[in-house]
Amino acid sequence: MQGQRNGARRVLPTGAVLAAALLVALPVLAQTPVMLGQTLAFDRAKGNCLTCHDIKGGDAPGNVGPPLSDMKSRFPDRNELAAIIFDETRRNPLSVMPPFGRNLILTHEEIESVVDFLYTR
Amino acid sequence: MRIMRLIPLMLLLLAAVRPTAADDSVNPDADFKAFRDYYTKRFPNVPLNDFVNGPYSMDADLRKQWQAIDDFPPYDFAVSRGKDMFATPFKNGKTYGDCFPDKGIGVRQNYPYFDDKTGQVITLELALNQCRQANGEEPYSYVKDEMASLTAYMAFTSRGKPFDIKIPNDPRALAAYQNGEKYFYTRRGQLNFSCASCHVQNPGNHIRTEVLAPALGILAAMPIYRSEWNGMGTISRRFVTCNSQVRGVPLQPQDEDYRDVEYFLSYMSNGLPISGPGARP
Repeated sequence: MQGQRNGARRVLPTGAVLAAALLVALPVLAQTPVMLGQTLAFDRAKGNCLTCHDIKGGDAPGNVGPPLSDMKSRFPDRNELAAIIFDETRRNPLSVMPPFGRNLILTHEEIESVVDFLYTR
Repeated sequence: MRIMRLIPLMLLLLAAVRPTAADDSVNPDADFKAFRDYYTKRFPNVPLNDFVNGPYSMDADLRKQWQAIDDFPPYDFAVSRGKDMFATPFKNGKTYGDCFPDKGIGVRQNYPYFDDKTGQVITLELALNQCRQANGEEPYSYVKDEMASLTAYMAFTSRGKPFDIKIPNDPRALAAYQNGEKYFYTRRGQLNFSCASCHVQNPGNHIRTEVLAPALGILAAMPIYRSEWNGMGTISRRFVTCNSQVRGVPLQPQDEDYRDVEYFLSYMSNGLPISGPGARP
């Protein structure tokens, strides 16, 4: 009996920890495409756009490529922007921009999120 | 099938990026002139001999930081260790100096060379391990530590001496040169970069805070102390990490392709002074 009660008591703190973990995790689960796109664009292991492009909100950008600003007015057709991210060497064979889609660095969905994010810059 | 159709396009791209002679025949002299002209025209304010200082020749702020640390260079320990190693005989009584012309002092600028007996490109790193093995010693790792100390000392005693790489009139030497050139301009890895993507197309530009070095003279400062590595690294280490950084599969240090690239790059730098060992961020 004693043991069972102790066990029951232990459930409560565990439940509280789980609830707390969920609260921490929820914002991640509820991340908007724009937020996800920003994470991808700044993350060295994924899009890593900042390594070569200046993007408002990013620290220590590189300058191999042009600054990514006024994106919506510069690329009113979002498919054009997505195509550049997918494989810019199709348009400009000499471009050093990695073909993020063709070489499976980003999925189609991730590229769409990056476009969503870039449209806010 | 698909790759076969891509080959003419790839050759076209190769021709478009490389600042070399237009025709397809192997012509190291014409390549050399075109390569050097490309950099001197693109950076008219950089003195020719300053290209061996890599990113510091491209960026004034970076140069100031470098000059601030150069009173106590981080590669000093490697030079003195290499000097000690040169003075210490092998178990058989011979020394490193016995394996090299002029006892290995002031000869860095002559490597790599084409060896007509074996038909291979012999780099300084390869020659050092061949020396050890010929004297009954185990070879060292090519990438750092002892190897970097030996090459640091040999570079240090050769500072200011101009690169003097020779391509003998031997079809095997020309083939090695051409293979190195092809490796240099070929894209690879998940990021799809060639050596030239960064070091020909983008020298002086920043990737995040890093300044890309020009390929002209890029090996003159080797080996280098890199803050990013927290230690010394050889030419082998630089090639291996470059391949990893573009998310490609690195070759083994001193693979024939790497030796041929070193041959090509060093030939392109003929006349530029040895500045190694160097320090880089």
